[in-house]
Amino acid sequence: MPEPLTDTTLAPGTQASVTEVTAAKDPSKGSGPGKPRSLWGDAWFELRHRPLFWVSAVLLVLLLAIAAFPGLFTDAHPRDGDLTNHFLTKPQLSHFFQADWFGYDGQGRSIYARVIYGTRASILVGVGVTAAVTIFGGLLGMLAGYFGGWIDSIISRIVDIFFGLPFLLGSMVILNAFAERKVYVVIAALAFLGWTTIARVMRSSVITAKQADYVTAARALGAGTNRILFRHVLPNALAPTIVVATIALGAYISAEATLSYLGLGLADPTISWGIDISDAKDAIRDNPHVMLFPAGMLSLTVFAFITLGDAVRDALDPKLR
Amino acid sequence: MTTIEKTADDAVREGAGDDGTPLLEVRDLHVEFHTRDGVAKAVNGVNYSVRAGETLAVLGESGSGKSVTAQAIMGILDMPPGRIPQGQILFRGEDMLTMAGEERRKIRGRKIAMIFQDALSALNPVLSVGYQLGEMFRVHEGLSKKDAKAKAIELMDRVRIPAAKERVSDYPHQFSGGMRQRIMIAMAMALEPDLIIADEPTTALDVTVQAQVMDLLAELQREYHMGLILITHDLGVVADVADKIAVMYAGRIVETAPVHELYKRPAHPYTRGLLDSIPRLDRKGQELYAIKGLPPNLLKTPSGCAFNPRCPKAEDICRTDVPALVQVTEQDGTELPGRGSACHFWKETIHG
Repeated sequence: MPEPLTDTTLAPGTQASVTEVTAAKDPSKGSGPGKPRSLWGDAWFELRHRPLFWVSAVLLVLLLAIAAFPGLFTDAHPRDGDLTNHFLTKPQLSHFFQADWFGYDGQGRSIYARVIYGTRASILVGVGVTAAVTIFGGLLGMLAGYFGGWIDSIISRIVDIFFGLPFLLGSMVILNAFAERKVYVVIAALAFLGWTTIARVMRSSVITAKQADYVTAARALGAGTNRILFRHVLPNALAPTIVVATIALGAYISAEATLSYLGLGLADPTISWGIDISDAKDAIRDNPHVMLFPAGMLSLTVFAFITLGDAVRDALDPKLR
Repeated sequence: MTTIEKTADDAVREGAGDDGTPLLEVRDLHVEFHTRDGVAKAVNGVNYSVRAGETLAVLGESGSGKSVTAQAIMGILDMPPGRIPQGQILFRGEDMLTMAGEERRKIRGRKIAMIFQDALSALNPVLSVGYQLGEMFRVHEGLSKKDAKAKAIELMDRVRIPAAKERVSDYPHQFSGGMRQRIMIAMAMALEPDLIIADEPTTALDVTVQAQVMDLLAELQREYHMGLILITHDLGVVADVADKIAVMYAGRIVETAPVHELYKRPAHPYTRGLLDSIPRLDRKGQELYAIKGLPPNLLKTPSGCAFNPRCPKAEDICRTDVPALVQVTEQDGTELPGRGSACHFWKETIHG
């Protein structure tokens, strides 16, 4: 029977090299990060040094907080209409965080409160669609890329078919079929048509990753399909998908607003920026503030997500370092 | 005419001390690739065997089929486009080609492991080496994360990676080429397999590190009494480590011999050509010999002996008849154990 090497045979060489290495390591500790760095570690390091990342990160944290606890940001109720405040109350820009900060809309509701309470719907739609699309599209793309052959043919043809459906028109048709359009209905409709991009991106990066030698090596050392797929291929194929998903998140939020504006997205008792923009369209010439604030919040949110996506892409792309 | 299957079996029987059956036996293996331009016959009837504790060096230039044979043994050949129309790969007497996928997967890593040429690309860049080494134990033996990590450190110590404990959570790109190859070796060695296939383990390394890595491999092999198939095109590497050599050309074994006899008296013009191409100090100033021409196109291998267009000794028979691998004998007819040559003129080559 084979016996492991005894310690004595190893000790001299090992000991000598240990001191060497620690000696070599010490000076580097002061200057650079001494910890091992992975791709994600490097990306994080890169992100931390980008002002745009911090701008978008702060914005996003704020938006998430507003979406989660709108009551913390305003005392006014978004559905309380007092017709004495009808339009005539212009924004009082010095009244920070007060009900009349952004003025009142046509039904005398506080625009500030509506902007705050509308955040949740937009963020929910954006995050919900992105999550659904990433999981569903990513999974199908991964299967197509890894297994190839007829599985790839079938999935890719389905992707092609869905890719041919116009995103906005398609979701209008779908949403039109629902009488009651809650947030989850809008999420489902957008995700139903939006997963193809992610599937394509995932498929191509999985094809690249699966050809790597370490995948063959893992197979040669007895790893099963699941382990190869989720431990070796997926982590190496994930970066492009994350970038596309973050950027797309902003696009889904604006898609929701577009649909709501057209009257096919979220519908009234739900509060959403798109609905408010739609309501404001008749009053825009005399009272532009009614549209300005929800539209501004929408742009800001989309900007925050797209900037984050850009920053993540730059951080993950070693060529830009 | 005796074919080499017999001599291989003889060699096995002579190798007393072991239980007779070889660890791994490749029998009449054919591998072809279906491409748009036709069928590329990468391996055309290869036979070889390895016993426990023995090192077989498979020698050949690029495209000779040495790596494809190894991939077929490991079951990591891409099929399609690859196909194995005939042949057997017997591991301890069982044909791996007819095994179920799951059964075969259990052999990989546990019984037969492989060391790859380029350790940087064969290690996953997003996982630490400790994780990847530990994965062997977690997958095959179901160890916990913590135990697997301890085992990984132990393995890294065993392949002489300095400061294993501190470096266990480093990533592959943080190691030097030689260290990475040690990690590959450690990974292959993890479950103490019976057989290791090393596919050009030192090609990507510089010469001094090559020697260290080969020494380590040889030492571990002796210790665990493993079989080793060493695939290489470097005659220098082979001489120190191998017990026997199989020289491949165009998907066939053209010569087999115990290592030192091959260097002393090659029995195939191709082997002779290879040996003459080694730069030597005593021939300083003279022109270095080179085998003329290019390796054959596998889509249309030359008729007869595949080596005939490049062979200085080629005659008409070489262009028509494929030479079988025959037993090589002394001039008086006594058989040279383990020696075979697939040349119509082996007698002239070895004795002439």
